[in-house]
Amino acid sequence: MSILFSGRAVGATATQPNILQKLLRGIFTHLRQAITSLGELWRSPLWTLITVAVLGVSMTLPTTLHLLVKNIQQVSRSYDQSFEISLFLQNETTPTEIATLVTLLQGDPQVAKVRLIDKAAAMTEFKQQSGFGEALAFLDQNPLPDVLLVTPKINQPAAAEALMQKLQKERHVELAKLDISWLERLAALMNLLQQAVYTIAILLLSAALLVIGNTIRLSIMDKKAEIEVMKLVGATDAFIQRPFLYTGIWLGVFGGFLAFVVVEVMLWWLRSAIATVTQLYQSDFVLNSLSMQEFGWLMLIAVSLGLIGSYIAVRSHIKAIEP
Amino acid sequence: MLRFEQVSKGYSGGFVALDRVSFELAKGEMAFLTGHSGAGKSTLLKLISLIERPSAGRVFINGVDLTGIKPRQIPYVRRDVGMIFQDHRLLMNHSVFDNVALPLVIEGFTGRDMAKRVHAALDQVGLLDKARCLPATLSGGEAQRVGIARAVVNKPPLLLADEPTGNLDPDLSKDIMRVFEAFNQAGVSVLVASHDLGLIARMRYRTMTLKGGKMINDGLLHHEDNE
Ligand SMILES: Nc1ncnc2c1ncn2[C@@H]1O[C@H](COP(=O)(O)OP(=O)(O)OP(=O)(O)O)[C@@H](O)[C@H]1O
Ligand SMILES: [Mg+2]
Repeated sequence: MSILFSGRAVGATATQPNILQKLLRGIFTHLRQAITSLGELWRSPLWTLITVAVLGVSMTLPTTLHLLVKNIQQVSRSYDQSFEISLFLQNETTPTEIATLVTLLQGDPQVAKVRLIDKAAAMTEFKQQSGFGEALAFLDQNPLPDVLLVTPKINQPAAAEALMQKLQKERHVELAKLDISWLERLAALMNLLQQAVYTIAILLLSAALLVIGNTIRLSIMDKKAEIEVMKLVGATDAFIQRPFLYTGIWLGVFGGFLAFVVVEVMLWWLRSAIATVTQLYQSDFVLNSLSMQEFGWLMLIAVSLGLIGSYIAVRSHIKAIEP
Repeated sequence: MLRFEQVSKGYSGGFVALDRVSFELAKGEMAFLTGHSGAGKSTLLKLISLIERPSAGRVFINGVDLTGIKPRQIPYVRRDVGMIFQDHRLLMNHSVFDNVALPLVIEGFTGRDMAKRVHAALDQVGLLDKARCLPATLSGGEAQRVGIARAVVNKPPLLLADEPTGNLDPDLSKDIMRVFEAFNQAGVSVLVASHDLGLIARMRYRTMTLKGGKMINDGLLHHEDNE
């Protein structure tokens, strides 16, 4: 498609119109450029190393955290996860009022089960178990409240919490209390931690993006003369920038893989430490590492970062070079 | 093939490098462009290869007005115009073969098809045996011929050369000019900028002379040292 000479056969496409051959040739060209870019990385090994290290470390943090959360969730899921909300009723509530409340609660779609421990039963139990039986006999009035044990339908801390808040407002309810196991507390804490670390991770990854961009920029500056020559003989910007984009992809691949290796080493080290503990508790807990899919995501994110970083550099700097 | 219509070029700072230059180069014609240093020869060639744009006037290649060429079309225009530079402009860490292949790679050639064309171009400039060398190991004349091979490898209809014999000895210069003649005889239009007046006069081709940005002479150059 010569602009100046309409009849002129230009380019390889003019000689062979076969689509399959064109496709194969395109793939071959890309493959060759990718491999060339890989070789180019070793021309400035220090910068390559720094970039891969920065990207790798930036990816390690969120990956580790993800694994931590995943393992904790797995542990908490393996425990019986029934929550219970205890409703302590006001002292002067009559049995009829209690019965009405029980019926009301049983009608609530969020409630799975309601169990009443009336104050008399509670007293008997307490007398038996505490050993204060005789002392309690001197009390002229039962000081214990009636208690309703409510089991929510949804076994999630947040849902149970919301239900508790709602029940707190019911008539005759003096106090509502949610029993959250320590694992759940940990999970809640992890959620908080997760958010904090993601914020830091975003900052780190932006820094990695800048480092990648800078490395690519240096590499472009390094090849300024070459780029000028290519422009002089008719290379498009797209053609010139492709090797740099491949360099970015390779940086992403190595950075992602570094993060993977660091995480695996860390897990391997942790596993031996955990093994002794789990033996002690006769638990069958195993520390899960990255699944195939998660590894895929890790690599995809790292490669995207490499590509985006190099694209930003390429966009601004290759256009600026004019013969 | 090539037409300048009242073309002026002023550089930033108000310096006028070309002043209302008009001429036409016919298809298959070979011509020289000469003039003192700073006369505007390189500037004129840069307007053709779109390295610079004219301040006024219009440049046509094959009847196409270059004013209408958009920046993203420039690469495609350059593929139609073979360019040779005084400083060779070779990729120093690539072999002679790779250098000559560059315009073909850009156009998507690969494999045997590409190698065949590269070898043909190297053969035309007599450098077949140097294909695997690095440009740094070549002499000035050889490097210049690599530049020529690169310029002609995709058979452009128009060939531009800026001081191709700049720092070569007379014999080598003559060799280089012979190479241009050969391409011209094969039907390529050739425009060579040079201030080697003796050589140009001997070659007996149309010669355009620039002085202070103005075209002061267009025709055969008569020179005293005719052998
Ligand atoms: N980019 C530029 N900016 C400003 N002035 C320039 C630029 N390029 C060239 N000039 C000026 O334009 C004039 C013509 O330059 P040009 O390079 O065309 O001369 P020339 O005939 O090729 O000279 P030489 O024989 O030395 O190569 C010179 O005086 C030069 O200083
Ligand atoms: Mg010049």
